[in-house]
Amino acid sequence: MAAPVLCSGCPQRCWALVWVYGRCRHRRGAPVGSTCNWMRGQSSVAQQPLHTARKPRKGEPEWAAVVGLEIHAQISSNSKLFSGSQVCFAAPPNSLVSFFDASLPGTLPVLNRRCVEAAVMTGLALNCHINKKSLFDRKHYFYADLPAGYQITQHRLPIAVNGSLAYSSCAGTKQSQMTTRTVRVKQIQLEQDSGKSLHDDLRSQTLIDLNRAGIGLLELVLEPDVSCGEEAATAVRELQLILQALGTSHAGMAEGQLRVDANVSVHRPGEPLGIRTEVKNLNSIRFLAKAIDYEIQRQIQELENGGEILNETRSFDYKLGCTVPMRDKEGKQDYRFMPEPNLPPLLLYDTASLPAGADSQQVINIDQIRERLPELPRVTRERLVQQYGMSWDHSFTLLNEVDLLAFFQNVMKETRAEPKKVTSWVLNTFLGYLKQQNLAVRESPVTASALAELLDLLDSKAISSSAAKQVFEELWKNEGKTPAQIVSEKKLELMQDQEALEQLCHSVMQAHPHVVMDVKGNPRAINKLIGLVRKATLSRADPTVIKTILERKLSS
Amino acid sequence: SHSLREMVSAALKQGQITPTELCQKCLSLIKKTKYLNAYITVTEEVALKQAEESEKRYKNGQSLGVLDGIPIAIKDNFSTSGIETTCASNMLKGYVPPYNATVVQKLLDQGALLMGKTNLDEFAMGSGSTDSVFGPVKNPWSYSKQYRERRRQKPHGENEDSNWVITGGSSGGSAAAVSAFTCFAALGSDTGGSTRNPAALCGLVGVKPSYGLVSRHGLIPLVNSMDAPGILTRYVDDAAVVLGMLAGHDPKDSTTVQDPVKPFTLPSLTDVSKLCIGIPKKEYLVPELSSEVRSLWSKAADLFESEGAKVVEVSLPHISYSIVCYHVLCTSEVASNMARFDGLQYGHRCDIDVSTEAMYAATRREGFNEVVRGRILSGNFFLLKENYENYFIKAQKVRRLIANDFVNVFNSGVDVLLTPTTLSAAVPYLEFIKEDNRTRSAQDDIFTQAVNMAGLPAVNIPVALSNQGLPIGLQFIGRAFCDQQLLTIAKWFEKQVEFPVTQLQELMDDCSSVLENGKLASMSLKQ
Repeated sequence: MAAPVLCSGCPQRCWALVWVYGRCRHRRGAPVGSTCNWMRGQSSVAQQPLHTARKPRKGEPEWAAVVGLEIHAQISSNSKLFSGSQVCFAAPPNSLVSFFDASLPGTLPVLNRRCVEAAVMTGLALNCHINKKSLFDRKHYFYADLPAGYQITQHRLPIAVNGSLAYSSCAGTKQSQMTTRTVRVKQIQLEQDSGKSLHDDLRSQTLIDLNRAGIGLLELVLEPDVSCGEEAATAVRELQLILQALGTSHAGMAEGQLRVDANVSVHRPGEPLGIRTEVKNLNSIRFLAKAIDYEIQRQIQELENGGEILNETRSFDYKLGCTVPMRDKEGKQDYRFMPEPNLPPLLLYDTASLPAGADSQQVINIDQIRERLPELPRVTRERLVQQYGMSWDHSFTLLNEVDLLAFFQNVMKETRAEPKKVTSWVLNTFLGYLKQQNLAVRESPVTASALAELLDLLDSKAISSSAAKQVFEELWKNEGKTPAQIVSEKKLELMQDQEALEQLCHSVMQAHPHVVMDVKGNPRAINKLIGLVRKATLSRADPTVIKTILERKLSS
Repeated sequence: SHSLREMVSAALKQGQITPTELCQKCLSLIKKTKYLNAYITVTEEVALKQAEESEKRYKNGQSLGVLDGIPIAIKDNFSTSGIETTCASNMLKGYVPPYNATVVQKLLDQGALLMGKTNLDEFAMGSGSTDSVFGPVKNPWSYSKQYRERRRQKPHGENEDSNWVITGGSSGGSAAAVSAFTCFAALGSDTGGSTRNPAALCGLVGVKPSYGLVSRHGLIPLVNSMDAPGILTRYVDDAAVVLGMLAGHDPKDSTTVQDPVKPFTLPSLTDVSKLCIGIPKKEYLVPELSSEVRSLWSKAADLFESEGAKVVEVSLPHISYSIVCYHVLCTSEVASNMARFDGLQYGHRCDIDVSTEAMYAATRREGFNEVVRGRILSGNFFLLKENYENYFIKAQKVRRLIANDFVNVFNSGVDVLLTPTTLSAAVPYLEFIKEDNRTRSAQDDIFTQAVNMAGLPAVNIPVALSNQGLPIGLQFIGRAFCDQQLLTIAKWFEKQVEFPVTQLQELMDDCSSVLENGKLASMSLKQ
């Protein structure tokens, strides 16, 4: 959603909303042109995965791509990294701006404990070494939405280093095999987010919203261990799930809570790494994969045509499906890093190093945070597979949808039905309905309890599975009826009266002698008879029972 | 002690004078001494309203303490809510902060009366209080009986008006305000000597507390890692009262001490025989040191010795590098701190709107004076990737060596160091401006700067008048966070030297009817 750009409505806050005239937008602005006429027909190439790229010339090794990811995750916390301002998505512009956020002279940063804990927790979840001492630095550049003229970050000594992120994907014909890869985490650093610039080309002005300025970010720098868009997408998806499981970030890419930049280069194996480009403006996982694959193909093509790769920043144009160079600052930016003098070194402790008599409000104990780590997605999936005999890809699906796992577990808690049955109902029927109507799990009209009750009815053979589908459809209408009520109102109970069923089968056979004749030549024609009997029972009979009766009668 | 015979707070308590009367007297003196240019903003209405409230409290017997009803002044680089705060720069002309600096808030919470915001070198960059967009500050001693009489003795009497001397700086406005009796205490700031230097030249007590003892929140920074709010008063006891109120942890300044600080009460030392006074002769006895200061320094050492103190010569081998080291660290932090002044959020903005960059450039060119721009330029040079190791990192290492010099000296058993504060007494303005700001700052900070590098407490104590009739002060440097001990020794010394009271023309000519002779002049806050 577009943020409102008007100043009105917050007169006392107006000092923080400013107009910047002119053409300055080199840093994060939109790409210069909207066409990429310098690349004839290349966007179609990008649709193909890397391994189907054109065959190498004789004697030439294939190209290898090297992709490094830099990820900014907005820390989920009530207040900003260095000020008491509230953090809230889509609040009115400049309504969440403290004096510090607006860089009023004389204000000083005060570190938010919650953000430090989030960084430590994320570091631990990614197998990082947590630095017991880390430092803050100033990174300088002039930009209208960076009011202080510098960003406070951790340049020299970040809070966590040397970790790894394991990510898995299902492969094989039936998605039954799982492969796991690892990308190394170079470092995690705490830093401030910037404000937002809204460029109004019509009036040639820029509006600044400082609500985001100063929100805590985790910058995760990953080593270039990824070689294609798909891998990058899977790794980022796994990271997203981890952050959400930890509660350290909402990690929504569309909301800008998770921002990914990709450094892409290609080279021939055995040769030095190629010159890299940085691809920005990736606001979904799908685009991340697309942009990387496009950029790899573009670079290969460029090099094979005798061109060269420029060390530049490129933006992904999702409408055109290609990357385009961003108007870069003239020459290389020198950020003139300097230690932040207003923040003492950040010291962390573990149980062994905790000073005696330390005020627990004043110190952070790494071991305590480690104990509070929740189950990570990878472990959850393993548990699902082992505990419920679920397939790997089902376990992935359960975790991929927000709140779906909790829904599944709630159903499991309340039903006697088999886990496989529950899995199938949750992943096929329930999820199918949600997707069809584009609803989130928490918006579902069917509760876990209702589904559990329905599955119990099915399990006890009180209703047929087709009747169960009908009940589900009724439940979805959300008229406040329980499954049992629906079953009795719609008379969907299975016919338990064996004699009556025998009688029905008899009548159907007599009414359709041709079909009975067909069965003699083609045993599968019995299905037609079963269907006719079911129709006569208004689908209230168990087809297997009908089949048994019919078979007995046909053979006698 | 004669200097403490009259006590303002006692007089207020006993109803001999009301806060409003006191406030009005100071306001009247501010008007009479307007030519000193000590104040950028006089907050008459605020002060009178505060006085009225203070008066009510006194009437109800609910005084807030020693500072209730006491007129004070604040250097114009401390943020004051609803009151323009300019840093004496075009850049912040018209800027009205929405919040109070912690130190300002603390003084107001004690019932102090805010008389106004005082003049300074632009963004506190200078040592003369001559580089303000509002014009230079004149030293009240230029108009004292003591100075004028001695000038008359000169055979070739020059034009009186052009002979006025500088206050020193950068807290010259605060020093002039206290020195001219327009308030009883003033806040300055001290990054390289900016409180102690004008204190020395204006005959005042000037305290630079330990780094981290007093909150910097709301002090518009020069060098964050060295800035300290400074206190200017006429007597050590007064400075101790103010410091006691200001010291302690501030949740808004992460560099303040965590340990609770008790209010200061200075004992009256009678015996100094257990003290060890360090004299860093080798490093401080520079050729530029005037013979008058040199001799007073030596006399002071003798005084301690004759009273039984151990006086030892000590060495601070790296201290001579402090100015060049300071140049790198100061300009680097300045370059960074000044980056926020881009004309977008607050302060000056130029009319140029061709592009954001053009607007930044013109705004900053128009907003900052040459001194500030020069420091920004050098600082950015030192912070460039290719220079960072060679300049900034090296300077930080030198800073550590300097700090260690002090640690070593104090570890050897020295309680305080005794040094000159300035090379000489105040010089005439016309003399001073013959050299540029950079040269002057480098000269004038040499005895004071290293203290900021090491984060130590230091105080200037006025000692005597020069041949010209101008004040000369000496500096005591204490161990980190031993501010109370430092001031206790300084108080003893103050008592011994009996520094004379300024005999200001205005007080004698115009105010004699209002004030009993010299009474207000010698008033202190507390015995």
